[in-house]
Amino acid sequence: MSDETTTGLNNRKILMWVFLGSDCMFFASLIGTYLIYKGMGLPHPGPSDVFDIPTTSVSTFVLLMSSMSMVFAYAYLVRSNIKAFRIWMISTIIMGATFLGFQIFEFSEFYFHDHLSPQTNLFGTTFYALTGTHGIHVTIGVVWLGIIFYSSLFRNTVSAKTNLDLDLAALYWHFVDIVWIVIFAVVYLFGTFKGFPS
Amino acid sequence: MKKIISLSIVFLLIVSCGKDLPMSTFDTYGPIAEEQAFLFSIIFWAGMVVLVAVEAAIIYIYFKYRRRKNSNRKAAQFHGNTKLEILWTILPVVFLAVVSVPVLSAIWNFGTMPENPAVVVNVKGHQYWFEFEYPDLDVVTANELHIPVGKQVLINLDSNNVLHSFWIPKIAGKTDIIPNQGNQMWIQADHTGLYYGQCAEFCGESHALMRFRVIVDTDEDFATWIDHQKTEAYVPNDPLEKEGYTIFMSAKAGCGGCHMINGSKKAKGKIGPNLTHVGSRQHLASGIMENTQDNLRKWIKDPGKIKPGNIMASQGAVYMDPNKALTDSEVIALASYLQSLK
Amino acid sequence: MTTIPLKLPFKIDLSRPVNPTGIWDWITTIDHKKIGVLYGVTAFLMFITGGIEALLIRTQLAGPEMKIIAPDVYNQLFTMHATTMIFLGVMPLSAAFFNYIIPLQIGARDVAFPRLNAFSYWTFLFGALIMKSSWFLGGSPNAGWFGYAPITTTTFNAGHGIDFWVVGLQVLGVASLAASFNFIVTIINMRAPGMSFMRLPLFTWMTFITAILLVLAFPVITVALIELMLDRTFDFNFFNTRAGANPLLWQHLFWIFGHPEVYILILPAMGIVSEILPTFSKKPIFGYAAMVLAAAFIAFMGWLVWSHHMFTTGLGPIANSVFTITTMLIAIPTGVKMFNWLGTMWGGNIEFNTPTLFSVGFLSMFLIGGISGVMHSFSASDYQQQDTYFIVAHIHYVLFGGAIFGIFAGIYYWFPKITGRMYDEKMGKLNFWLMFIGQNLTFFPMHFIGMQGMPRRIFTYDANMGWAFWNGVETFSAYIIAFGVLFFIINMLKSWGNGPKAGDDPWDARTLEWSISSPPPVYNFLDVPKVEALDDFWVKKQKGLSKIKSKTKPKDIHLPQASYWPMLASLGLAIAGYGIIYNLVVCGLGIAMLLITVCAWSFEPVNEPDAH
Repeated sequence: MSDETTTGLNNRKILMWVFLGSDCMFFASLIGTYLIYKGMGLPHPGPSDVFDIPTTSVSTFVLLMSSMSMVFAYAYLVRSNIKAFRIWMISTIIMGATFLGFQIFEFSEFYFHDHLSPQTNLFGTTFYALTGTHGIHVTIGVVWLGIIFYSSLFRNTVSAKTNLDLDLAALYWHFVDIVWIVIFAVVYLFGTFKGFPS
Repeated sequence: MKKIISLSIVFLLIVSCGKDLPMSTFDTYGPIAEEQAFLFSIIFWAGMVVLVAVEAAIIYIYFKYRRRKNSNRKAAQFHGNTKLEILWTILPVVFLAVVSVPVLSAIWNFGTMPENPAVVVNVKGHQYWFEFEYPDLDVVTANELHIPVGKQVLINLDSNNVLHSFWIPKIAGKTDIIPNQGNQMWIQADHTGLYYGQCAEFCGESHALMRFRVIVDTDEDFATWIDHQKTEAYVPNDPLEKEGYTIFMSAKAGCGGCHMINGSKKAKGKIGPNLTHVGSRQHLASGIMENTQDNLRKWIKDPGKIKPGNIMASQGAVYMDPNKALTDSEVIALASYLQSLK
Repeated sequence: MTTIPLKLPFKIDLSRPVNPTGIWDWITTIDHKKIGVLYGVTAFLMFITGGIEALLIRTQLAGPEMKIIAPDVYNQLFTMHATTMIFLGVMPLSAAFFNYIIPLQIGARDVAFPRLNAFSYWTFLFGALIMKSSWFLGGSPNAGWFGYAPITTTTFNAGHGIDFWVVGLQVLGVASLAASFNFIVTIINMRAPGMSFMRLPLFTWMTFITAILLVLAFPVITVALIELMLDRTFDFNFFNTRAGANPLLWQHLFWIFGHPEVYILILPAMGIVSEILPTFSKKPIFGYAAMVLAAAFIAFMGWLVWSHHMFTTGLGPIANSVFTITTMLIAIPTGVKMFNWLGTMWGGNIEFNTPTLFSVGFLSMFLIGGISGVMHSFSASDYQQQDTYFIVAHIHYVLFGGAIFGIFAGIYYWFPKITGRMYDEKMGKLNFWLMFIGQNLTFFPMHFIGMQGMPRRIFTYDANMGWAFWNGVETFSAYIIAFGVLFFIINMLKSWGNGPKAGDDPWDARTLEWSISSPPPVYNFLDVPKVEALDDFWVKKQKGLSKIKSKTKPKDIHLPQASYWPMLASLGLAIAGYGIIYNLVVCGLGIAMLLITVCAWSFEPVNEPDAH
């Protein structure tokens, strides 16, 4: 099959954009559900009872920095600086995994310490569903990046020529990060600070 | 031949429009249903014009432009006509804009609750019957709603189970009964009489059998009915009725655990319909059978057969536990008692 | 292609099948044409099961208070009938055409992601099997195809029926999403040189718009289904009214999906009709640009009307007014399309053969469905029509008289291209007239009984309601439809292998698929066509330039290769699905299988170029 495409863009690039558009609607529906049920049902444990904004701000920062790290990894790959690519790649993975670690820590705090489970009330249900889904997305991203990193340890299998694979993974990673920013604002910040719409 | 065709058309029209049918939306007796039928007539006639015009065009196209053997006619090769496109975009917009005025006006009319309704009724949907509570008048009944003629009635709709819908076609369109939503509607009937209603939102196995009646009374009759509903239940003297009363109130039968009989000590349940004046109702089991001894006996004997999935059959001890099953003579006694509760 | 080969510590033969034959050919195929045929045959069989479900419903309703079908079974029948027809019938029948025809119409050799395409089919098949197996595994879902909460929660519906519905629909959703991603990328990125967007055949345009609607709408119902699944399996509270949940959440999510869904159902049929009418009228489509614009406007407006399915739920006068207006507006572009189809036929030299008859039947019946739709848009009077047989009439005019007739038109139209043979025209016409008469006698009276107060979804009705006469007519006529479908089946079976040879271009048609042989060679085009105009094939024919000898040899054409992984990945998903219903360990195994097969798929090596 000819590699020429009508737009000049690779098929998979367009596929990733379309997929991310679809995933937007997926998260929009979950965030919508969260917002519809905000303030309804048993009020405690509620957002202001459980959220630890300083801690979550740290994990949010880590995730944001991982996106920056991802940008560097891609830039170095395209310039064939494989060593630098690997450094920034592993740092992205570590930061992603750190974010996941924070999430697990937070979930277990809420569950064991605050007695907030998905079954407790509407807040528990919508919170765990939304952030859990996001967490699964991050996990898939970390695994994907891990596979690329692992492959890069074998001679020239990951190179500037094959940068499309990393490009696609990076797009996915940035998307997951942007979704988190929305969740952090809508769920955590709006949930805790007075003056935000409830 | 012409006679046959014209008679058939008349027959079909009669059968189609069916003004006298018990649930017909064309046979209106209240301002809301009337306005709804009027709006329908606007779009119906407009729709007929469009339907006839377009179908006629299709038939014309068939006769004029179909390919005929031995014809060298060439198809006209035009690609479009911008003026026409604009015309048949603008004209429908104008029509819909005009027609939207009475529609929006009706939406606001129906959706604005009266500030001083003559009566307030809390309608609660159950699987599969309707509970009617008049909170200001301290009356609770089931399946037969009485309202005064010519007055606005405010209805509060609630359910503690699944979705239902409250619909009396000849008086007003329906509003759904949604748990935790607190829907309201108002109705008004301008003629006394008996009207049919039915649940119109799928609610389970016996959704088809969840019906009710509305009796529109004059002011005096309504007041009389309310006063009567407030009275405590009749305590029977007749031996058969007394036997039924004893069985009803017994712990073994357990009827009082679900059903309320005002004034009794043992029947205070609120799970099933209030039976204080069940004997004076025209129908049983939410409007699916006439209130006769025979039907009542059939119901008490095996409610699950008449209304599959109903809660009485699946929770009543006498139906669940074979040791507690009612004998035929007990059924007769119970029916006799309940019919005495006028 | 940039795949990253993976070194594994153990040996697995991941090599692709070489020249598979027989059943292995069908299991491992990634050829869009074979996949199209698989979709078409499977979907048609599902359509038959949905039809049988309908006949059982109609038989029970033939007279008042009949006791042929018990209420709980009846509820399963109407649930499965609608779910089958929408998700296992109309959508995959349309997908059959997307698969077969789109690459041919845009001058491509295959779709953008051939293995993903195969995966879509197998996932559809397994989703369909999951859904239909419910009949044999303890009971089918019984809460309607729209599954309103809270009756779908375990509080009110404890058996596995609803679980089959939830899982089946999600698996089917994955299939539809994968297919739509594929077609969007294909149409954007694999058009032949010169095939600009405004030179696309209208069927391709409608497919493109449908696919965009699908990728944006399906995630919404996926979320709703996941939420219901979490409630049912893990006791979450999304639809637990005792925890304060509002059942309208389900309805909003469902209809935000559901309304675009109905346009997903009808746009492909509109595309098919837009191909057939110009071909047999021997003139171009009237108002090509207006047709594209109208479809785009419908697709856009389709997102702004969803609450017209919820007029009676107490949203309040502001919401009801807004949605009344938006719903009225969406009638406008639909009317534009209707007039344009008439304009296409006007002045033409029209062959009224079977495809044309089905297309004209589509026009006349979709018109009726559209008019009743405008009637519903008046929310104030819709309070009488909602949840009655008036709506059932509307639905069946647009979906049966509309979508199904359009699909049948497409089957007859493209039959010679796909099979290389011609169907029996006399039997085709018989099929049409039986279906047309049957459809009208079955569904037109439903307008009457709806306005006479017959609610939907009831297993019986009282004798003194006055609905018995028309119900009897409707039941009788439903069997006429079945009879018509029977002739269709006979025609297909008879003509597929044994019909007279059809030739490349039996209809003297306008679009690229007719410029190649019937059936097309596996590589579609020897040379990728250079497109210079709308209806390029027709234009070239008029100039005498359509038959130019090519110097390319078929063996020099590099084609995508067959693969085991798509089917195995679908199987993993299906196992996971059954696992959610019955056993979470099995679910985990299914997910593991899915992950492993997808990884294997990503790293699958390509066979030697010579081993086609």
